[in-house]
Amino acid sequence: MRIASSWIVPVAIIATWQILSSTGHLSARILPAPSAVVSAAVRLARSGELLVHLQASAERAGLGFAIGGSVGLVLGIASGTSKLFENLTDSSIQMIRNIPHLALLPLIILWLGIDESAKVALVALGVFFPIYINTFYGIRNADPDLIEMARVYGLNGFSLFYQVVFPGALPSIMVGVRYSLGIAWLTLIVAETIAATSGIGYLAMNAREFMQTDVVVLAILMYALLGKLSDTISRIVERKLLVWHPVYQTP
Amino acid sequence: MRIEISQLSKRYDTRAVISNLDLNIQSGEFVAVVGASGSGKSTLLRLLVGLEVPTGGSISVDGKYIRGLNANSRMMFQDARLLPWKTVIGNVALGLSRAEIDRGTEVLNRVGLLDRHRDWPSVLSGGQRQRVALARALARNPRLLLLDEPLASLDALTRIEMQALIEKLWIASKFTAVLVTHDCGEAVALADRVLLLENATIAMETKVPLPRPRDRTAREFAQLEGQVLRHILANRQLVPASKTTTTNRVSRADNGNAQEAGKPA
Ligand SMILES: Nc1ncnc2c1ncn2[C@@H]1O[C@H](COP(=O)(O)OP(=O)(O)OP(=O)(O)O)[C@@H](O)[C@H]1O
Ligand SMILES: [Mg+2]
Repeated sequence: MRIASSWIVPVAIIATWQILSSTGHLSARILPAPSAVVSAAVRLARSGELLVHLQASAERAGLGFAIGGSVGLVLGIASGTSKLFENLTDSSIQMIRNIPHLALLPLIILWLGIDESAKVALVALGVFFPIYINTFYGIRNADPDLIEMARVYGLNGFSLFYQVVFPGALPSIMVGVRYSLGIAWLTLIVAETIAATSGIGYLAMNAREFMQTDVVVLAILMYALLGKLSDTISRIVERKLLVWHPVYQTP
Repeated sequence: MRIEISQLSKRYDTRAVISNLDLNIQSGEFVAVVGASGSGKSTLLRLLVGLEVPTGGSISVDGKYIRGLNANSRMMFQDARLLPWKTVIGNVALGLSRAEIDRGTEVLNRVGLLDRHRDWPSVLSGGQRQRVALARALARNPRLLLLDEPLASLDALTRIEMQALIEKLWIASKFTAVLVTHDCGEAVALADRVLLLENATIAMETKVPLPRPRDRTAREFAQLEGQVLRHILANRQLVPASKTTTTNRVSRADNGNAQEAGKPA
């Protein structure tokens, strides 16, 4: 029932949009009819073009997320568990964090050209900070009472980290993951729009040159779809990892 | 496990929380420690389990001096301190090797929670959580069990049930037990000896010679409970001085159970 009712508004909007387009109140040059977008999707899917671009974008996002995420996780754990490491790195990381990573785009293009590595690097950079910071705080805020208890019960070193500190930091890490997924897509949209020869962003910019508004709208919808998809996956992963969490205990 | 504490001191900065405390606990004895809030009861337990390092004096176990945590001592805290990301059995088996897992199920059965072994701690009631914590403490067969007000947050009925359970398990396993509590009834119900911690040392001790299991409604029980309570209050000057002296005289004349122990501060 709740799921059904959440669809009422989007369906109503699309229906109104279609009616406005069909009756000629909405020029196709400004906004194509939903039916035109659908037929563009079918056309591009048939020719295989859509899949190629989707795949290019998904690969960049996935690779950038994997690299930035794992570096952020490892450094976050290192700073969270070692005071020495924190002193060495944390203030530099906090300083770099204040530079919007998209501002580095021209520099990265200069360094890496406009091929894949530039876009992957930019995504990785954007993903790194939220994961690093949330991992660091999650570990730093580990419950001292639980750690004390675990020490009385014979845990120390790695077993203490693995059984007590890290699981306690997981909810915070997952917040970082969800947040950084949003950043990954945002970064990719910017990077692909400015410098790419494939990907959804390229598809949109290319279509703009030929005034294919239906393809432009389709590209925007594809980004929305990919973002929603990755968010859903991260929710499923979170649910699996945090089954024990009181939030997930309500039947 | 026989414990000998000699001239034990613990200070934080300039404040002495424990000073020159002498105490011997026999193997298998059940000792209760009462005292005002902030009198250092938790600190004494933390010293015994090895979470704190004494600033003076020594603790020896079965004739050997100890420093730091040791595998034969286990502690139960006021809050259950279960790991929320481990199931009930996972918590009980914390730190046990694969070969010892059966021991975990066995103690869980003894505290009556075997059927909940796969549940998450967050769905348990407060009393059930403390029973899991008790099972966890006993899973390693400790020779010394330290209990820091483990029942303070439970309702009266659950508390009495838990006391009976602790007593039963103590009789079965013959470990040495030190229980910190602010409930004089609990101290008299469980302990062989009740110590009053006051002014950083043991100000008074009362032996409890009642047969087990103890009848809380018996006259002797009420008398001993009142006696312990009066000692706590007397030192806090909450009872008129005349009444205190009478109490002390009566208790001495009674059966000599109450004695002034340790040195006056
Ligand atoms: N780590 C610490 N640093 C400084 N002071 C401490 C520390 N731990 C305990 N104290 C002090 O030692 C004193 C005794 O504390 P303790 O926790 O042993 O009291 P308690 O008898 O257990 O009290 P309660 O009944 O309220 O639990 C208190 O004044 C407390 O402030
Ligand atoms: Mg205390």
